[in-house]
Formats: sequence, C-alpha cells, structure tokens
Amino acid sequence: MDKIILDHVSYLYNAGTPFEKKALDDVSLSIAANRITGIIGHTGSGKSTMMMLLNGLSTPTSGEVLLDGYDINATFKAVFPEWIKRPEYANMRKSTAKKAIKAEIINRKKTLCFRVGLVMQYPEYQLFEETVYKDIAFGPKNMGLSEEEIKERVHEAIRFSGLDESILQKSPFDLSGGQKRRVAIAGVIAMRPEVLVLDEPAAGLDPRGREQIFQEVRRYQQATGSTVIMVSHSMEDMAEYCQVMIVLSHSRVVAQGSCKDVFSNVSMLEGTGLDIPQITQLTHLLKERGLNIPEDIYTVDRAVELLKDIYQTQKGTT
Amino acid sequence: MKSIAFGQYYPADSLVHRIDPRAKVILTILYIVCTFLCKNVLAFAALLLSAILLTIFSKVPLRMILRSLRPLIIILAFTSLINVFMTKGEHLLTPNWSIPLWGSHAWNIRIYAEGLWNALFMILRIVVLLIGTSVLLSYTTTPIALTDALERLMKPLKLIRVPVHDIAMMTTIALRFIPTLMEETQRIMNAQKARGADFTSGGLIRRAKSLLPVLIPLLVSAFNRAYELAAAMECRCYHGGKGKTKMKILHLRFGDVFAVILIIAFGVGIVFLNRSGFYYTMK
Repeated sequence: MDKIILDHVSYLYNAGTPFEKKALDDVSLSIAANRITGIIGHTGSGKSTMMMLLNGLSTPTSGEVLLDGYDINATFKAVFPEWIKRPEYANMRKSTAKKAIKAEIINRKKTLCFRVGLVMQYPEYQLFEETVYKDIAFGPKNMGLSEEEIKERVHEAIRFSGLDESILQKSPFDLSGGQKRRVAIAGVIAMRPEVLVLDEPAAGLDPRGREQIFQEVRRYQQATGSTVIMVSHSMEDMAEYCQVMIVLSHSRVVAQGSCKDVFSNVSMLEGTGLDIPQITQLTHLLKERGLNIPEDIYTVDRAVELLKDIYQTQKGTT
Repeated sequence: MKSIAFGQYYPADSLVHRIDPRAKVILTILYIVCTFLCKNVLAFAALLLSAILLTIFSKVPLRMILRSLRPLIIILAFTSLINVFMTKGEHLLTPNWSIPLWGSHAWNIRIYAEGLWNALFMILRIVVLLIGTSVLLSYTTTPIALTDALERLMKPLKLIRVPVHDIAMMTTIALRFIPTLMEETQRIMNAQKARGADFTSGGLIRRAKSLLPVLIPLLVSAFNRAYELAAAMECRCYHGGKGKTKMKILHLRFGDVFAVILIIAFGVGIVFLNRSGFYYTMK
C-alpha cells in the first residue's frame, strides 16, 4: 500500500525572480507503507527540498503531495464539494458544515508534523532544553499530551535510541556528537510519527556512530511498523537498511524499486554521479575473473557468507 | 559562496563597480553635498540627469532601485504635504478657504506656488539622495570592500589611538556572518516547527517564549562559530593590524581621481545654475 504519493510535484526556489531555480521537476513517486525507503541522489539533486514538502514545511509550486490519499496542502475550495457528502457533514446545516470543514483542514495542517516526523540534517543543532528529558518531551508537549503520556513516550524513545536512561537528566550540550544526534532523533520518534523522515541521518559520523543511528531507526520501524524515509548519498548504508530505493538526479526521479532493481542498472547510476556499493563492485570484479558468485550482493555480511561457502566447496572438490 | 553577496549588492561588471571603493566613499559624500546644494529648477534637472546616468552606468536593474524606494513613500508623502501647506510665498493659488476648528479658531488653507515647487524639490532631493548613495555604494560595492575602504580612509584616526583596524575587522566579520546566521535561524525554525513549535499564535509573551527553542540553539551555534573562527585566526598567527599585509591592495587609478574631479565640477556647476535665477529658486 502507498503511504505517500507525490503527484507531478515541482518546486521552484525564488519563483518569478531572476534567481529562480528548479529544485524538483515534475516528480511523481509513491512510498510504500511499513517499509524503509531510501532516497539517494547527488548533492543538489533535490533530496532535501523533497523532505520539506512531505510534512508541509514548504508547499510545492505545482502538483500534489498525498498522505493516505489526502492532499496535505488541500484548500477549502478543493475539498468542500467532496467532504460535504460525508455522513458527518451531510446532516449539518450548510454554514455549520463549512465551519467544521474549515476547522478540520486547519487541524489536519497542525497535526501533520506529528504524523510525518521530520529529522533534518544535523539535528543535534536544534537541541535547546536544560535536560535531555525536556528536549525529547518538546514534541509530545506540543501535541498536548498528558504528563503521564509524555513520560512514557520519552522513555520509549530513549530505549529506541539505545542510550542509557541515566542520560535523561544530563544537559544535551554535554553529550558527544553521536549521542546528541541520537537524542535529537529520539525527540522526533517520541511523537510516534506514522512516517519518519530522516535527512542524511548519519552525515559526519564515524562508522560506529552511523551504525548506531541506523539501528535506532530500524528498531523504531520494526517495533511500530511505521513508514520510514531516509535520504543519503551513501550506497552502502542504503543497501543495508532500505527495502525500497528511489534515485533522484537533476531534480527528477530516474529510478525506483528494490535494491536489486536499482543497483543492477549500473550504467544509469553512473550517469547520476552515484555508484553501486563497493562490495558489489568487488563481487562484480570477482565474477569477471571467473568466480561463480551471484550479482545481487549489497552488504559485506552477505558477501562474507557467500565467499565462505564458495571457499568451502572449492576446498572440498580439490 | 553565494551567501557573501548579501544585502543589496548586485554583482555586475560596470563602470561604477570598478571605481576604487575609497573613491566611492568620497564620491558618495560629495554627491550628498551636491543634492543639498541644488536650489532651482535647472540645478534639480541636472541632478536628476546625473542620477539617471549613474543608474545606467552601474547596470543595476531599474526595478531593483525602484523597489528600494518603496519604503520611502510615506516619508515622501509626509514631507511634500508639509511643504505644500506650510510654505508661504507670493503666488497664492487657492481662494480664501478656511476650516473652522474650535471656538473662534479656524485653519486657513493657503497653498502657494512656492509650496508646490518646494514639495517637488524635496521629493527629488530625497529620491536622488537614495538612488545616488545606493547605486554608488550598496548596490555596487561588496560590504567587505566597503569596510576595507573605510579602514583606509580612517587611517589618520590611528594617531589619536582609535583602533581603526580592529573596528574594520569586527565589521567585516559581523557582515560576513549575517547571511550565515540567517540561514541557520531558518533551519532551526524549520526543525522546531517539525516538532510542532508554533511561532505565530498567542499573545506577545507567549510568542516571545515560543522563540526560545530557536534563540538558544542559535546562540550556542553562534558562540561555537566565534570560538572556531578565533582559533582559526590564531592558527594563522593573526594578532591585530600591525604588520598585516593585504591580499587585495587597492590602487587609485586615473579613472578614480577623474571621477572625484568630475563630481567636484558638477557641484560647482550646480552652484552656477542656482545663481541663474531661472524660474524659481528655493530659499
């Protein structure tokens, strides 16, 4: 099932001025529910712009962004004829129904950022509270939840992050870079968004830090079954953690599908300035040299496993 | 780096852009003096012509200049109204209108031709003043070049122990970081909006409070940037202005001197035009 659909979406920066720049050009794609989708593209391919469209922080210049089939930027005029037929509005007087519909549109816009949780690039720069607890609680508090509920959510979020609960009473400014990042992501996870969007969540971290971040995201996804969208230009990470991939290049979608579909099209990827994972390159080279190894290997773990098998069987035959 | 071109600077390669920034500062001051020297129709016509020529030579689009005039509309309307109604002269245009106020008081409306002229002159003066200064300085000079020029021009103040170099360096750094901090503010605001922060509703106190989640991270990052910049400057052995050489050494060329001579001649010309007594001369 499709959770989010982008329907012919274009986005212009500084529209109508000499500095006009096209960031997204007629992009149509769908994002599957309950999956981790990776969006890959070179710098300036429009990835970050697209992320901002998903939770309504910016509005597309043209086209629609649909969440569960509802255009998140829908105007009153556009939805009124449709909604008035609904049973909850049909029995009302027309003026009351109009008011109620207007209220619902505003309410939907307000709650959109809680449904689609966006973690921006370098989220550790948005920490501001005295303690980690308070900072994670900022989102749930804005949702208007009770103290009880907030407490539960903060503890749940910190468990997903893999950090020790004792960290909750510390100042976020005393943490290490990787810890700060995980706390910042926990701050969005605490809102329990149906869709979690992460823009370059592992940028600038060491391999261990990267892994911890992706683990946090994966734990959340598996526990809640929510939809996750990750943006990155690291093929290795994407191959390891994503089930579906979308490739952006020069403001357009050039490929979407499973890892296998995308990575099998090497020539297309090279045109976008991207590359297949290094381990895949290695296995392709091995195959060229006559080793009998499948082509769809995207993670180091899987490659090690297969190479071990091949080694064992070859040893057996000789 | 696109962010360096901040404010009104319009990048282009024009005659005005090429003038030495020191000369431009002097030119601007002299041009302001010229606008205030103008007193009659001929002089103002010459002034207007000079502003038009300046704009053409600078290659700055007219649209941009007109946009910068927009905030002036209220001031222009106000000054011209005062001039129209308050100037007393010899050529009365209106009959004896009077508006009764309270008791036996009344307001006699007298509009004189001189008032209309004065209003027109004031509008021209303000508009040309703004066009002249913005075309000569803000549109065609980068803020960095401008502070550099000011440092050179204020050099004599060093004799009375004014830390000219430090002031210039501080100004340059401040200007350099305005766009960076603006970008940062936007990013943090978006991040907090994504967590449901609301900056637009509520009373004054609530709104001020809602800005805390933006101001705190902004301050933290500004301080961090300052520390990093200080460290980076120290690593490059920066220790104030003494013995510091410049990468861009400004050279006064003939054209720059010529421009200054030209504007002085223009000023003298205006004084003569004022004396011609043509039609109406402002008091």
